[in-house]
Amino acid sequence: MSYLIVVGVTIVIYAILTVSLNIVVGYVGQPNLAQSAFFGIGAYFAAVFSTRYHVSFWWTIPLAFITAGAAGLLLGAISLRLREDFLAITTIGLNFVVVAVFQYVPFFGGAMGIYAIPLPSIAGHQFGNTTFLVVGLVMLAFVMVASKYLEHTWFGASLMAIRDDETAASSIGVPVASYKVVAFALSTAFAGMAGSLYAPFLSAVTPTSFGFTESVVILAMLIFGGLGTIRGAVLGALILGALPEAFRFISNYRLLTFGVILLLMLRFQPVGLVGDESVLVKLTRRSVATLQRQRRRSREPDPPSAAV
Amino acid sequence: MALLEIDDVSVRFGGLVALRDVTFEVEEGQFISIIGPNGAGKTTLFNAIAGVIRPTSGRIRFRGREVQGSRPSHMSHVGIRRTFQVARPFASMTVRENVRIAAAGRAVLHSARSLGLRARSRTLGERVDELLQTTGLTPEAGRRASELNIGGLRRLEIARALASEPTVLLLDEPAAGIGVDGLRPLTDLIRGVHHRGLTVLLVEHYVGLALSLSDRVIVLDEGTMIAQGTPEQVRNDERVITAYLGRAGRTAKGEQAGSASGGFVQPDEPGAPR
Repeated sequence: MSYLIVVGVTIVIYAILTVSLNIVVGYVGQPNLAQSAFFGIGAYFAAVFSTRYHVSFWWTIPLAFITAGAAGLLLGAISLRLREDFLAITTIGLNFVVVAVFQYVPFFGGAMGIYAIPLPSIAGHQFGNTTFLVVGLVMLAFVMVASKYLEHTWFGASLMAIRDDETAASSIGVPVASYKVVAFALSTAFAGMAGSLYAPFLSAVTPTSFGFTESVVILAMLIFGGLGTIRGAVLGALILGALPEAFRFISNYRLLTFGVILLLMLRFQPVGLVGDESVLVKLTRRSVATLQRQRRRSREPDPPSAAV
Repeated sequence: MALLEIDDVSVRFGGLVALRDVTFEVEEGQFISIIGPNGAGKTTLFNAIAGVIRPTSGRIRFRGREVQGSRPSHMSHVGIRRTFQVARPFASMTVRENVRIAAAGRAVLHSARSLGLRARSRTLGERVDELLQTTGLTPEAGRRASELNIGGLRRLEIARALASEPTVLLLDEPAAGIGVDGLRPLTDLIRGVHHRGLTVLLVEHYVGLALSLSDRVIVLDEGTMIAQGTPEQVRNDERVITAYLGRAGRTAKGEQAGSASGGFVQPDEPGAPR
């Protein structure tokens, strides 16, 4: 049971990362292969401030949110002017730079990282794994609601306009450059928030936990589930997060398995498992429509010809 | 003072001179066509006015203010909106959503109001409905923009450009690829838009359409303005005929007189492959 909860917390953290990554990759259509670095920035700042300055866990959450968001704002402003393909490469570089900073700057504890991060407590009780799971789920719900809200705002619609056609978006007055940067900062801020949960949960942070491969894993989960949709982001994290736990052999060849799954997905269902226009979503829509039609027909005593 | 002044504008791409010292003025409410053979610099001129490219030299003034080199989103906000030669719809959105977001404008997109929910702005909804009506897109309002045919895409381009009530409308080959059947409704639509008081600049390959609609015509050839004037003047201009038809055109001119386009040979019918 306890083991399942630990797996659950890991999956929930991955889900926060995929949902937040979806804002930039799914809505704006800009590649980001450095999400794990911003996750790390959040985790590291939470770790440093809770161990060295005894800041309470609850304060490290907004702190991680702001520091990761600020880093996203700065790095996004520099790199988001690049075309998509160059941006992808630049974000890979960003990830390596951030990890190197963790490794070589004494403030972040060097190669050893930071350990003995205190367990947070709530109303005088120390966190157990279940508490971590509950707090994680609340964070995930927050990020999901925020994303859903974003989808229905002018800002969110503008982001999708940028994804569809950047030139046309700017021609109707969308401030493309600044909107990209704001979306990037928001996405990285949410990832940083996940970091503030990760640090006390593992009680230690090391530079290698936030490497480029982790960014690839997060992106793979998102693409697998369905780019541009919140349900896809969550489902991708759930399935690809649970697979290595369910099957030991996958755990040993995690990246290989993910790579194969991703290739198959891109070949046969490029919109992802439950992305818009995916086979599953279309089937669901069709069966819902059929059900509704049947229900309407059963309610009405008249022959169907009269209904038409 | 003219509404829009193009003052000695040149655009160079490396060694290629796409526009050379182009100068003209646009008065409020005018309908001006820019015609010329392929590669004459028509779209380059539009891109310079719309802020897509910065002129290598020269000035562009809108209401007396220098605007050359401003971003496209800024030009859109001051009231200059454009359509694209190759339609650029927001493919994942419905037709209505395409027009709706274009209608949001500066007041919404450049303020914290952009974080407000879209559903709340009812007034915008009415304007969007009206625009869909004028452009004849109402039956397709709920469909995805990617499902529209070429005629629908052309009208969507115009609806989107009109959405935030611009002062100047730049139409980049709105008739390209729509075929003869679609030409009449399109002409009516453009004429209607102009009659509502809009200043229109039209780049058109189909010269007959351009001449029939405009107050004034500007003729570009290889980046240089070779003629400007009323459609009548341009139609009879020696240099224009040479530019379009080469030397042989001069002799052909007489035979063409009295044809539907009023003596001017149409180099390219709409719908013709290019």
